[in-house]
This record gives sequence, C-alpha cells and structure tokens, in this order.
Amino acid sequence: MTDATQHSGPMLAADGTPLKRSLARALRMQKIRALMLIAPLLIFVLVTFILPIADMLFRSVENQIVRDTLPKTVIALQDWDPASGAAPGEPVFAALAQDMKIAVEAKSHTRLGSRLNYEFTGAASLFRKSGRKVKRMDLDTDAPFKETFIDIDKKWGEPEIWKTIKRYSPAYTNGYFLNSVDMRKGADGAEARPENQRIYIKLFGRTMVMSMVITISCILLGYPVAWILANLPMRQANLLMILVLLPFWTSLLVRTSAWKVMLQQQGVINDTLVWLGLVADDARLIMINNQFGTIVAMTHILLPFMILPLYSVMQTIPPTYLRAAKSLGANNWTAFWRVYFPQSVPGIGAGSILVFILSIGYYITPEIVGGTKGVFISNRIAYHISSSLNWGLAAALGTILLAVVLLLYWCYDKVVGIDNVKLGG
Amino acid sequence: MSTLSIAQRTPVNFYVPVSAAAGAFAGLLVGTSQGSTIIGVLAGAVILAVLAFGATTLLAERPARWGILAAFGLAGLLIGALPGLIVGLMFGWFFGWFIFWLFEGRYRVGLPPYLTMGQVLWHYTFRVICGAIFVFLITPILVVLPLSFNAQDFFTFTPEMLAFDPAGYSLKHYRDFLTNDAWQDALRNSLLIAPMATLLSVSFGTLAAIGLSQPHVPFQRVIMAVLISPMIVPLIISAAGMYFFYSRIGLQGTYMGVVLAHAALGIPFVIITVTATLVGFDQSLTRAAANMGANPVTTFFRVQMPLILPGVISGGLFAFITSFDEVVVVLFVGSAGQKTLPWQMFTGLREQISPTILAVATILVVISIGLLTVVELLRRRSERLRGMSPG
Repeated sequence: MTDATQHSGPMLAADGTPLKRSLARALRMQKIRALMLIAPLLIFVLVTFILPIADMLFRSVENQIVRDTLPKTVIALQDWDPASGAAPGEPVFAALAQDMKIAVEAKSHTRLGSRLNYEFTGAASLFRKSGRKVKRMDLDTDAPFKETFIDIDKKWGEPEIWKTIKRYSPAYTNGYFLNSVDMRKGADGAEARPENQRIYIKLFGRTMVMSMVITISCILLGYPVAWILANLPMRQANLLMILVLLPFWTSLLVRTSAWKVMLQQQGVINDTLVWLGLVADDARLIMINNQFGTIVAMTHILLPFMILPLYSVMQTIPPTYLRAAKSLGANNWTAFWRVYFPQSVPGIGAGSILVFILSIGYYITPEIVGGTKGVFISNRIAYHISSSLNWGLAAALGTILLAVVLLLYWCYDKVVGIDNVKLGG
Repeated sequence: MSTLSIAQRTPVNFYVPVSAAAGAFAGLLVGTSQGSTIIGVLAGAVILAVLAFGATTLLAERPARWGILAAFGLAGLLIGALPGLIVGLMFGWFFGWFIFWLFEGRYRVGLPPYLTMGQVLWHYTFRVICGAIFVFLITPILVVLPLSFNAQDFFTFTPEMLAFDPAGYSLKHYRDFLTNDAWQDALRNSLLIAPMATLLSVSFGTLAAIGLSQPHVPFQRVIMAVLISPMIVPLIISAAGMYFFYSRIGLQGTYMGVVLAHAALGIPFVIITVTATLVGFDQSLTRAAANMGANPVTTFFRVQMPLILPGVISGGLFAFITSFDEVVVVLFVGSAGQKTLPWQMFTGLREQISPTILAVATILVVISIGLLTVVELLRRRSERLRGMSPG
C-alpha cells in the first residue's frame, strides 16, 4: 500500500523505461520472432502452392491470345457491326493479312486456330490452311485481300468466324466459365448450348450424386463399426482398430488395384459367385468400369475417414446414458434413436463432410475402375490438361470445383472446427 | 456391468432347431455349388440337428468337437480334394464350437442377465454385421497378397492355386519387379524424390510449427489456413495449378519441380502433428534453459527437439508416405524422367500389363504395416513423455 502511494508517476521497468512501453516492446519482439520462424515456410507454400492456384484462377479468365496474335485485326474489327449479317470490309482483311504474316513467321497462327476452335468448330483448319497461303502472299501487291481470303476459304466471307474473333478479342473472357456450365457466348450475351453438346452440368451433377451415394454408404458401414470400436473393451477395440488403420495406411494404388482384381469379370468376386453357383459362368456380373465399381471402391477407400471421426465422437458418449434410457422404459430402438444418435450427430457431420469433400475431387480411382460412366469432373479436368490441351476450360472447371470444396470446408469449419483435424486415431 | 449372466444349459427344443437352421444355411451354400439347392438345405438341417442332439447327449464336449471336425474334414476331402478338406475342416470347427456354444448357454456370458431373447439375438446379429464390414475393409488387401505369387500372368486365382499345387505359385513377379528396368527406375525415382520432399517439409514445417505455437502470433488463423491448404484443395486442382505455373517458370518435368510439389503437399501433415505435440510441451523448460545460460539454438537442439522428436518423426513419416504414395501431382508436374512407383502402377493398371503390380502392392502393404507400427509406438512414447513432463 505504501509503495503505491509513494510513486505517483508511471511504473518503471528495471532499465528506467515505463513498464507499459517495455512490455509492449517485449510483446512486439515476441511477435516478430514467431513470424520469423513461420516466414520461411509461409514463403515456401506461397510460391510452390498458392501461386500455382492463383495462376489457375487467372488462366480461367485469361484470353490474350487473340489480341496478341491479331492486334491490328482486333482494332479494325471495332468498327464492324456483327448484326449487319455480312463479312467486314477490306480494311479488316488488310489488317488480317498483315497480322497473319507476322503470326505465320512466329508459327503462332495454329495456336490461335486451336484456341478459336473451342468456340467455333473448323477454326483450326481454317487458320492452318490460310497460314500456308498467307506465307506465299505479297502484302504490297496482292490487294484486295478480301477476295484473296475468300478464295482461300469461303468461311472468311461469312460473318460467323468474324463474330467469334470479335467476341473473343478482349484480354479477359468469361467464355471458359460459360463453357463449363454448358453455355456459350452468343450474339447477345450468354446462351445455352444445344442439347447434344451439354456435358458439364451433367458431369457436375453426377459427381455430386455419386459423392453423396459414397458418403451415405460410408455412414451406413462406418456407424456400426465406430459403435463397436467405442463400446468394446480397450484391448479388443485396439486390435480391431488395426483393421481400420491398415487400409487407411495402405497405398491408394494398392487398394485400387485390389478392387480391380476383385471386381473384374474374371475377378475374385465373380469367381466365388460362379463357384457357389449363384451366378452362371456365362452371366458373370459386370461390376467394373461403371458407376457401381467407382462407388464400391471409393466407399472402401474413404471408409476410414468416416470411422475415425465417428469413433472419436462416440468415445465421449457415456454408455450409462443408454442404460438409463432403458431403465426408464425405452425400448432398444427408442433409446438409440432418442438418446444415443443425437449425441453422435457431430461425428456423422464431420465424417460426412470430410468424405464428401475428398470424393468430389477424386481422380485416380474413378479413372481406373470407373470406365466412361463412372468418372468424375476431375477426370474431365485431367483430360483437358493432357489430351485436349484446352487449359482455359480445365482451369475454369477446376475453379468451380475449388469453390465448391472451399464452401464445404467453410461448413466443416463451422461444424467441427478446422483445428480438430485428426490423423489416424 | 457388474452382474453378468453365467452359462446355463439350454433345453433341447432350443439348441437343436437353431443348429439345424445354421446347418440349413450352410447347406444352402454347399448345395448350390454342388448343383442342388433343396437337397443341400434339407441335408444340412438334418445333419446338424442329428449332430447337435447326438454330440450333446452321447459324448463329452472335447471328443465330440474333435469328432465333428474329423467328420466334416473327411466329407470335404471326398467332395473336393485338398481345398475341400480345408473348407470342411473350417465348417467342422465352426459347427463343433457353435453346437456347444448354444448347448452350454455360453452365448449369454458377458451380457447383462436382464436381456430378452430378441435382444441377445440382435446383439449377435450386430456383431456379425460388424464382422462383415471388417471383412469388407480388409479382404481387398488380403486378396492381393496370395495373388502376387501367381505363376500365371493372370489377375485372378488359377485352379492350380486353389488346389494348393506348388506349381501354381512362383516368385516370378517379384523377380520381374527386381530385374525390370522400368520398375527399378520407378523405385529409384520414388526413393530420390520422397526423402528430399520429406526433408524440406519437415525442416520448414517444424520451424513454422514452433513459431505458430508461440503465445502471440498475429494472423494465426489466416496463416494456419494457408499452411493447411495443400491438404484441403483436391489433388487434381493442385496438380492443374502446379502444372500451369511450373511450366511457366520452367520447373515442369524436372526433379526439382516434383520435389517442391511433394514438399508442399506434405507440409500440412508436419504442421498438424508437430503443433499437436507442442500443445503438451512445457514452455517454461525453454525459459529454464535460457536462465541457465543456453542460447536459443542450444535450447532448441538440447531441450525442445528431444521432447518433440516423436511428433516430428511421425509428421515426417506422414510427409514421406504422402510423397511416396502420390500419383496425381507427379503425373502432371513430372515427365517420363520422374516416373515414380505409383505412376508406374497407375499406367500398369490402365493398360493392365502384368501382375507385377500385385507384387509391388504386396511389398507396399508390408511397408505400410511397418510404418503403422512405428507411428503407433511413437505415439505411445510421446504420450508417456507428455505424462512425465510437469504441467
């Protein structure tokens, strides 16, 4: 008491600075030290992971190839009215001739052709053909170019290809996104694609439905297992836990190849069924390369991700509650449904979201056991990256998938909290 | 659960019909495979009813069970040679056990005495369902093991294998794995990439985890979200992004690119396990070390590191497995020169070249059992250490 009354000024630290400032400095030092420890990793992850993702997002809207390859044409086209129903005039063709001359030198006209081919079928061959002719063209003497180009290919005389070039001349486009929801840029804004070209909405839908089926099968199979693990004596539960953890730790490729071995027509399951006489030898079940194969294999692969969170939630439910409910007159079902089940719902929520998120992004298993009917949106993304080389569309599809996953993770964070992610029991 | 029921003999009109029902079910399977379902069901029911009644009234338990075992083994041998003998012995053992389990009322042991008949039935039905799910979980992995010793180039059991003929088995797929250049290159690449990636993610990850578990970290949630993100984003999206970006900066198709990509994927696992270990770490130990004159580096290596080592090692194992098992990202970021083991398996599965894949799979299963044991031991050790440290 006497100390407090003696010092009327601010409290001082040992070196004479006010205690408040001294503490603030210590806190700041602590923060800087923590950040310094984190910084190397943060930079590493930003460069190796976050930048690539950002690059993908950028590529899904980027469209500089048209204005880079045909700069003069794009400017000349600004005066052309697409609604006129006729090809543009001579100045545009002159600009095109100049641009093409440069593009052919740089061999970039074929790339532009294949880019425009995504939007206008026939553009690739049109540009390749015109490129060969333009090479021999003399810019000073061969005017008028309009006739020359129309001579090369009649398509130059029709407004369609010009509309496509004009539509895709801005540096950024929503064309890839429209494409990935089965729409395209039409004369006035977005329009739906014809019935027979719609695949992505269906594919997204199938990915969602199959992921849902996989999640539900995981709940149905995982719930009893988690229950028995949580209610058996510790020693037995630990032994059975190995049966859950072993598949969890086994290589994904091993499990997928195992399912291929099991499910194929000359495979183990069919052989067993034939041996038991349940199925005739000439009527073997087709269980692979269809949706059934994907669902069975992925349920098996993702089941541990359902069992582990369910188990950790069920462990915290006291078994006495069930006995109390029964002693108060509830029958088995009521006791389970009204007392036990509501307490296990957080585990179901956590497990379901985890399984769902993992399954909508799966690539390897559907690729191997899914055939054509059982593939997911990720297989389409891979196809566009490595086979059709339509990277922009792949990026747009990836962006949509990423948005869905992040939304689900946000839900996961609300339900269980991201910090509660546990690994292998 | 203090008062449990004791075994009480059950009346004849209980255990004989139940045994007969089990026999009918087994007869259904055997009968169908032998051509006649109805005869199988009837014969099964009759045989089991007679056996149950005879064995329990005429003989003591031990000779009765041996007798049933022998009888079923012999019947199996007559129907289907060596495999039949094994199936027969399995049936014989099961029915011998089952009859006396019912007869002596042992099924009630360990259950509360107030359960009704229906509840007991449900209890065991539930066990059987769970057993079936465990079978579903483990069978695919177990099926791969014997198939990898197949002497034929088939993905399925040959008649010789089922007859346990030594000629049906061989090590040729293992020999192929060990001598084939494609597989050996893949193995070498995997062994070059995974340790480097693990080293990168463990060293950066441990430092960052220590930084993250300090008491005052600004933007902790945001930083954590960024660091965990490689685990959250679907692999195909990571692969696509990395493919685009790494081909821009010339890393696509290089050893460096694959290592960096795999290190990024392994980091969340290191962060999660090491921060979890650090929760139990007593920060006053570092202050005590500093108090006694140790500089931060000495404190880290002599005091903090030994205590969090189990967490670091298991994080490293997770990172190693992630890289060793990863195929989607390496498919895109790598080129033919970085073909890893999973990639080789993936192409093999797509084109279905040879059961060498199954030999590799068996080796990988054995490795994963080993790693599982190591991680479990480390976890226990870590818990023990945590129990010892004050606070």
